[in-house]
Amino acid sequence: MQAQEARAADPLPPAHARSLYRAMLTARLIDGEAIALQRQGVLPAYVSARGQEAAQAGSAAALDIERDFAFPTYREIAAALTLGVDMVGYLASHRALWHGGLYDPVASRFGAVNAVVGGPVPHAVGWAMGERLAGRTGCALSYFGDGASSEGDVHEAMNLAGVMRAPVVFLCQNNRWALSVPNERQVAGGSIAARAAGYGMPGVAVDGNDVAAVYRATRQALEHARSGGGPSLVEARTYRIEPHSTSDDTSRYRDPDEERQWRERDPVARLRAELGEAGHTDDTLARVEREARESAERVRDGICARPEPDGDDLFRYVYAEPTDELARQWRAWREEAAP
Amino acid sequence: MTVTPVNAECASTGSAHEEPGGAVEMSMREAINSALHTALREDPRTLVFGEDVGRLGGVFRVTDGLWHTFGEDRVFDTPISESAIIGAAVGLAMNGFRPIPELQFDGFAYPAVDQIVNQLARMHYRTRGAVTMPVTVRLPSFGGIRAPEHHGESLEALFAHVPGLTVVAPSTPHDAHHLLLRSVRTDDPVIYLEPKARYWDRGPVGRRNDEAPGGTVEPIGASRVVRAGRHATLIAWGAMVRRCLQVADLAAEDGVELEVIDLRWLKPIDADGLAASVARTRRAVVVHEAPLTAGLGAEVAALVTERAFRDLAAPVQRVTGYDVPYPAGPLEPRYLPTNDRVLLAVQRTLEY
Repeated sequence: MQAQEARAADPLPPAHARSLYRAMLTARLIDGEAIALQRQGVLPAYVSARGQEAAQAGSAAALDIERDFAFPTYREIAAALTLGVDMVGYLASHRALWHGGLYDPVASRFGAVNAVVGGPVPHAVGWAMGERLAGRTGCALSYFGDGASSEGDVHEAMNLAGVMRAPVVFLCQNNRWALSVPNERQVAGGSIAARAAGYGMPGVAVDGNDVAAVYRATRQALEHARSGGGPSLVEARTYRIEPHSTSDDTSRYRDPDEERQWRERDPVARLRAELGEAGHTDDTLARVEREARESAERVRDGICARPEPDGDDLFRYVYAEPTDELARQWRAWREEAAP
Repeated sequence: MTVTPVNAECASTGSAHEEPGGAVEMSMREAINSALHTALREDPRTLVFGEDVGRLGGVFRVTDGLWHTFGEDRVFDTPISESAIIGAAVGLAMNGFRPIPELQFDGFAYPAVDQIVNQLARMHYRTRGAVTMPVTVRLPSFGGIRAPEHHGESLEALFAHVPGLTVVAPSTPHDAHHLLLRSVRTDDPVIYLEPKARYWDRGPVGRRNDEAPGGTVEPIGASRVVRAGRHATLIAWGAMVRRCLQVADLAAEDGVELEVIDLRWLKPIDADGLAASVARTRRAVVVHEAPLTAGLGAEVAALVTERAFRDLAAPVQRVTGYDVPYPAGPLEPRYLPTNDRVLLAVQRTLEY
């Protein structure tokens, strides 16, 4: 089984393409607001997904949120937005109000923000095994990156999924940079998609900045899983335009020319141009852009206004069945440390 | 605390035979097996999986017969992937299942520590209770069977240090059965440490856990006084409980009456139970197989000191392994606490 290099995808139906444009643009604008909020000291740090909107929105849009479930790591803002996750709750993780975010992961069909690269990948496999055991038809979508692909957990998860024929799609956003380390020092063999062959599953590499290509590849992988074909791997090749985080400095490790080249391949601008060519009027697109702007501003205002968690939350959620010992510490905290 | 009715029948397995009063005589291995049968039978959401737990029935045969009885969907073998075993358990729990994964040996829990500590233990907290993690990790533990390297480790202090985990280690077939059922019935992750040196020890297993205070529900965190005495308290768990009972027999020949506490739950620790015992005996010796430094004995000693300082007539003594890697077979008896070493500690505390 060889990893396929998918050819450029046919364009999506106009209404679908427009809704993806809205999602990608809204995510882009919220992302920009988050960077600004970090500069203003509202967010202690932020990890931008700029440049990866097509890879995320295209894959997330392929899910059926009535029955599927997505497992993110920590740079999945456009996927979250596309799935309808409460974005103020999502950004709460980056405002450091609550690790994992303040949205309901079960109702959102989108796992809690997870800061361990590779860590949630076996969760997706377990969840997918559960669907098969329960006789249901949902699929899991596991987001991870080129850096996470070096983690042992990703190997263990893919092998387990292959053995169990779990209905899971491994969606790798290869954004070329794992913090300061490029693909050349991260990915032996040069292709993550090619590794699928070793696990006996289909693997495909797509242009991660082509939203239609990502959507169709993910859709195909989900259909494969849903029909009992087991797992698949989709490698969406894209680029992390911004630094790893607002604390990072790319000038120490990468060529600004490379960044400039990738900025010219911006997935949001590309989709807008395609929509124009497909006959969407400037007025229509201007309306989408205005709505995206308003939506991003609402999220910005919402995250700024979100109150800090209650101090009792330190203790409240550690156990479902609280222990006497923790209750004792909680009482002591109230007497000694609570304001 | 959630009150769960305990209606655990003990499946008749192997050479088990019924004792008067409804108790069944069986080995610890059979007692755990019987509890797993009960867990799988009473709740279709429970699953047993791990390395060699299916067709083979586990390397110690603890899961013997489960695969045949409940089928491949409920009891299955996994690849040798400890991290993915726990990671998959997390995902299954997110999807409404109640997994009972096995990690085959103590030393092979280390590859799964990331998933246990960073994921399993804090998913309920991370999601503010939206997701529960009713996962019981069975871990054949401790030494004493002259096994290869990585097959004799004591990880209780490591896991007890992790917020969100519950840690338990039975010392008898009865407790092995009922503590396992209590573990699988809670909605929190439990690390269930099986003293493999005691797998073949036999004892009565009651149909109901009548020894649990307050009736039929096993409270998480309750220790048990397994022998009453008035001169000093020995505190142990897992395989070291029988060692302490032997020591108490020997001491009794010299007129020294030792109380023996089986701690059972290693997180949370029954600090009140320890303090109550020390209030009677005024002296305590804690015994474990793990190395001395930052072992659970330090936590026990601190708790006893905090709760019962004025009752203590001597510092709490620790009899433990040494700060060395767990040794090969011939050196095991020279590493593990012996009767003589425990007796010496008793003598030190009595003569203090």
